[in-house]
Amino acid sequence: MTVALNAEEVGKKIDEALPSSVVTASKAAVVVTSESLYQVAEFLKNTSGFDFDYLTNLTAVDYMDYFEVVYHLTSLKHNRSLVLKARCHDRDKPVVPSVVSLWRSADFQEREAYDLMGIIFDGHPNLKRLLLWEGFVGHPLRRDYL
Amino acid sequence: MEIEGYGVMPLKEIDIAEGLKIKSLTEASQQPIPDPDKWLDEEIRRNVLVTTVDYVLDWARSRSIFPLMFGLACCAFEMIATATSRFDISRFGMDIFRWSPRQADLMIVAGTLTWKMAPAVKLVYEQMAEPKWVIAMGACAISGGTFRESYSVVPGLNRIIPVDVYVPGCPPRPEGLIHGIRLIHQKIMKESIKRT
Repeated sequence: MTVALNAEEVGKKIDEALPSSVVTASKAAVVVTSESLYQVAEFLKNTSGFDFDYLTNLTAVDYMDYFEVVYHLTSLKHNRSLVLKARCHDRDKPVVPSVVSLWRSADFQEREAYDLMGIIFDGHPNLKRLLLWEGFVGHPLRRDYL
Repeated sequence: MEIEGYGVMPLKEIDIAEGLKIKSLTEASQQPIPDPDKWLDEEIRRNVLVTTVDYVLDWARSRSIFPLMFGLACCAFEMIATATSRFDISRFGMDIFRWSPRQADLMIVAGTLTWKMAPAVKLVYEQMAEPKWVIAMGACAISGGTFRESYSVVPGLNRIIPVDVYVPGCPPRPEGLIHGIRLIHQKIMKESIKRT
């Protein structure tokens, strides 16, 4: 059984290493600022105690005030998992750093989040529409699409 | 030694071309194509000279239809179930499902049609040789079904190609599909070589 880590304690550890990056940390998930997301992800991947070398899932949620990008990380070595979230409050041009250089599985998932939600991933090598056809206007899974 | 690629476009241009094709198809399919349903009211009127030939030809055509496998979504499973031994359609002469449109008479579109798939459906329909018939199977193929309001679903197959028989259901039971196939048989029996 993969153990889901208590994100509060993970949040405390991230806070010690990279100050002022964690916004809140509940038992379920760690919420991080979108500017520090790349450093936090790198820290979680490379630190020997954590070793989160597998990104299982990358999705985005549209709460009307902000967008939230959710990362599900798994450590294959220690058999543990963690949920990491990043918020961005800009509605017109939401920008989040891309984690493709850390985990290759983020490639298509970030393209899907861009296609359907309009979130721009800074540093993605090939950010274009994945599911919808080229020339489609709008981002359908936003709350205010229809 | 550098060999030039033959007819190969860079990926970006393929995407743009596909987008333009889908966009123009979306704009062209705002109205549904009227159904070819005159055959429902027609009596079997036959010219005396060609009566026997007509009858034999129609009988042969209807009892040996080659269906085209065009399952898109969940209704495809019910179509496959109709082809298995319990609800055999092999007893109607339709046991070989053809994958190539050039060899098929009947196109059973089973499942939700999206705008991205629509140019392919139109292309396959145009590649079929006359005489050809279309069955729209399931609520999604008839009118978009539950997903009618969606940004990516075609609201009904008859926006793209003319449909002969609609089989309602979500998914229709194999008996329902067989009833639709029998209606196609009746339609074929009413055709005459003098008219084509």
